[in-house]
Amino acid sequence: MSKPEIELMAHLIRNAGFGETEPELLARCKNSYTDNLEFLLNPGDPEVMPQDIILRMNGSLDEGPGTGASDWMYRMVTTKNPLEEKLTLFFHGLFAVAYSKGNQARSQLNQIDTFRRFAFGSFKDLLLELSKDPAMIFWLDNNENVSGNVNENYGRELLELFAMGVGNYNEEDVKECSRAFTGWTIYNMEYMRVKAIKDSFSPFGRIAWHFEYRDHEHDHGEKTFLGEKGKFNGEDIIDIIVRQPATARFICQRLFQFFACDKVDLKGADVISEMVRNYYESGYQIRSVMRALFSSDYFKSLATENCRVRNPVELVVGALRISESISTPSPAITSKLDTTNFMGQGLLRPPSVEGWHEAEEWIDSGSLVERVNFVAKEFRDSSQPGIKKLLDSFIGHNQNISSQDLIDRCTSLIGYVNLESKTKESLLKHIERKCIDLDLNSKQIDISQLPQEFIAELFSLISITPEYQMA
Amino acid sequence: MTLAKSRTKEKKLVIVQLSGGNDYLNTVVPYNNDLYYDFRPSVSIKPEDVIPIDSNIGFRTHMEPIKRLWDQGKVAIIHGIGYPNPNRSHFRSMDIWHTALPEDIGTEGWLGRTVRDLDPTSENPAKAVNFGRGLPRALQCRGIPIASVGDLSTYGIMTDIEDLKMREYALDSFSKMYGGIQGKDAVMDFLGQTGLDALKGADILRKAPELYSSTVEYAENPIANALKSAAQVMFADLGTQIYFTQHGSFDTHSGEIFKHDLLWSEVGGAVGDFYDDLVEHNRQSETTIFIYSEFGRRIKDNGSGTDHGSGGVAFLIGDSVNGGHYGEFPSLEEDQQLEGDLHFNNDFRMTYTSILEQWFDLDAAEIVNGRFEKFDLFK
Repeated sequence: MSKPEIELMAHLIRNAGFGETEPELLARCKNSYTDNLEFLLNPGDPEVMPQDIILRMNGSLDEGPGTGASDWMYRMVTTKNPLEEKLTLFFHGLFAVAYSKGNQARSQLNQIDTFRRFAFGSFKDLLLELSKDPAMIFWLDNNENVSGNVNENYGRELLELFAMGVGNYNEEDVKECSRAFTGWTIYNMEYMRVKAIKDSFSPFGRIAWHFEYRDHEHDHGEKTFLGEKGKFNGEDIIDIIVRQPATARFICQRLFQFFACDKVDLKGADVISEMVRNYYESGYQIRSVMRALFSSDYFKSLATENCRVRNPVELVVGALRISESISTPSPAITSKLDTTNFMGQGLLRPPSVEGWHEAEEWIDSGSLVERVNFVAKEFRDSSQPGIKKLLDSFIGHNQNISSQDLIDRCTSLIGYVNLESKTKESLLKHIERKCIDLDLNSKQIDISQLPQEFIAELFSLISITPEYQMA
Repeated sequence: MTLAKSRTKEKKLVIVQLSGGNDYLNTVVPYNNDLYYDFRPSVSIKPEDVIPIDSNIGFRTHMEPIKRLWDQGKVAIIHGIGYPNPNRSHFRSMDIWHTALPEDIGTEGWLGRTVRDLDPTSENPAKAVNFGRGLPRALQCRGIPIASVGDLSTYGIMTDIEDLKMREYALDSFSKMYGGIQGKDAVMDFLGQTGLDALKGADILRKAPELYSSTVEYAENPIANALKSAAQVMFADLGTQIYFTQHGSFDTHSGEIFKHDLLWSEVGGAVGDFYDDLVEHNRQSETTIFIYSEFGRRIKDNGSGTDHGSGGVAFLIGDSVNGGHYGEFPSLEEDQQLEGDLHFNNDFRMTYTSILEQWFDLDAAEIVNGRFEKFDLFK
């Protein structure tokens, strides 16, 4: 196995998933890059504990009245299908619905389930499901959108934030789009609303909300939308939306930035064009778009670069998947979840319908302290099963290695982190100083003489580098 | 710089956000208004429990410490504070208060901008300190370092490393790595600088508790801890001018009588103790406390609590505050209500503008996104 091969695999899993350790990457490398990509794109059994079993054991994993986010995070940490969860997280950020308004964890988790089920499929089907999703309907007031009394909230955001972007439609289109979604509402709304307000506890104990189409509340008149005329209903509007070049560009660029690179340069723009071509050829299939991205030469060329700031959820989930400090379902995960909130990404609690501000905006002095402290602690704890496994891989190697090699070994073990040479120099100085304290020769370190805490500390220092904050 | 500037540097603003929507009517209670008791069959404060301000309104139970300051003319009550087209979502309304942008989604916070104007060269990473984890949007502003302190005693980078030498090494490496990364590209420059700012801020702030001594004994609850930490930072003279903290949840949809009572016993006690601490350290005239919430609550109760409303109440407290009533107590009459809520009668950006211009001598228009009338909130 060549080093570039493993580095490329590490790059794929870091972006398409949450990152993996060297032993996991080596196991993957027994199959080709393409085979691994297809496995990620066509997930099988996630091998996660079914929700009903978790509920029987623990109730919700959230402590107190919760959003259900702990349960989702537990799934992210334990799934065998990392891309499936990562895409679900992407759609959660894109179609941002926050718990605060609906106060109904069941319907919000149902929405996440929907994103997961439709994540790889046709964007058209996904938008249709989104328009019928009770949590979304309530979040953007479509339950108040009735013929003769149009509420434009959903119609507008569908065009602006979810599918096309500003500048690709006009105010008239917003009105007509909203008219087409009149009558798309929630079954037994008043009852459900009262239930939600009265009963913020036991989020899973309540009946779920259901979609209802009320023909008598629908505006059956003729509409003109993006230049087309007809007695459009919501399905027709989505048909028109997904055909628009603006839509293709919008969704492909968002996916590119979430999964590959915060900035889009000329080469990146070419990849996005290729993704757009696949979008149309496949009948709007997200799977094809993602395949185009991850198999592009440009994506592969970024294997040893750091091109995007990791979002807090992927940072935390990534560390937890390596440390294995959460292996069984327990409310202990709530405190880990809280840290993502302190880092600026409250899962199921985006700040607004706009979702989170990503890229560099993840970083400020407060969130950076939270990020650094969290990963440092996860990687330093040699009692955690995942860290112990990595440390044990040093046992039996009765060889002398240089400080430089030691850094490279540690960097590789926790997922081939791309460190700048100056960062490595700082780590070198750290090792040299420690070696003096321990009376070891830093040019030729006998690994068998190294205390395990020394190595765990190195993992920890690598995890707090600026580079590790990125992917 | 000028004398005015150096005087400005001494002034401090302590913000206490009552998160979740504080129930105005059960905070400043119209105990002589039958409509209040008609609309609130289950969730009202009994007349005998009210601490009267005058024959019409009074503070709720547990606000004795604030009443004491009110009697000394040190409390401004801003009645009916809000903004046009009120939004009743916590997150959105909180965002509006934080960004001073009711119509658009903003990313910069008004306090972040205030810090930028108070310290244009970002010399002091402890110019503003948030006592709580995460950074509220109010304090966010690109390029402006703000310290966020969960617990002052364990604040900083990797403070959980018990071995002091090990920690010293780790911090030294952190500093070298974040210093060394700069010059690669704009993102790494930014990351590197943010890391160094965080480290510098932590170094400055960690010293504060050691320097602190006081006869005031704060209670043991989150808001008391936060204000005690604020006092420690303030008395350490680190140049901090903005102190932000929040308490809650005031989202009392159910069980309000009990919950709201407990919350105000904590807030009332903590604010009273904090003021006493200011006096003991002679900071009472250079410090102003600002208490607000993202919205008030519905006029009618729902049987055990109250739902999200709009018009609310804010307080400004300190020796430099021009005590008294500002705004008007909104009418409870049905035709004067706003969709079942108290109608706001003054924009919160008026209060922001007054604080910025009268307290900090700053030009408020750019910070609050427009020109607003002012109250005469300061002596």
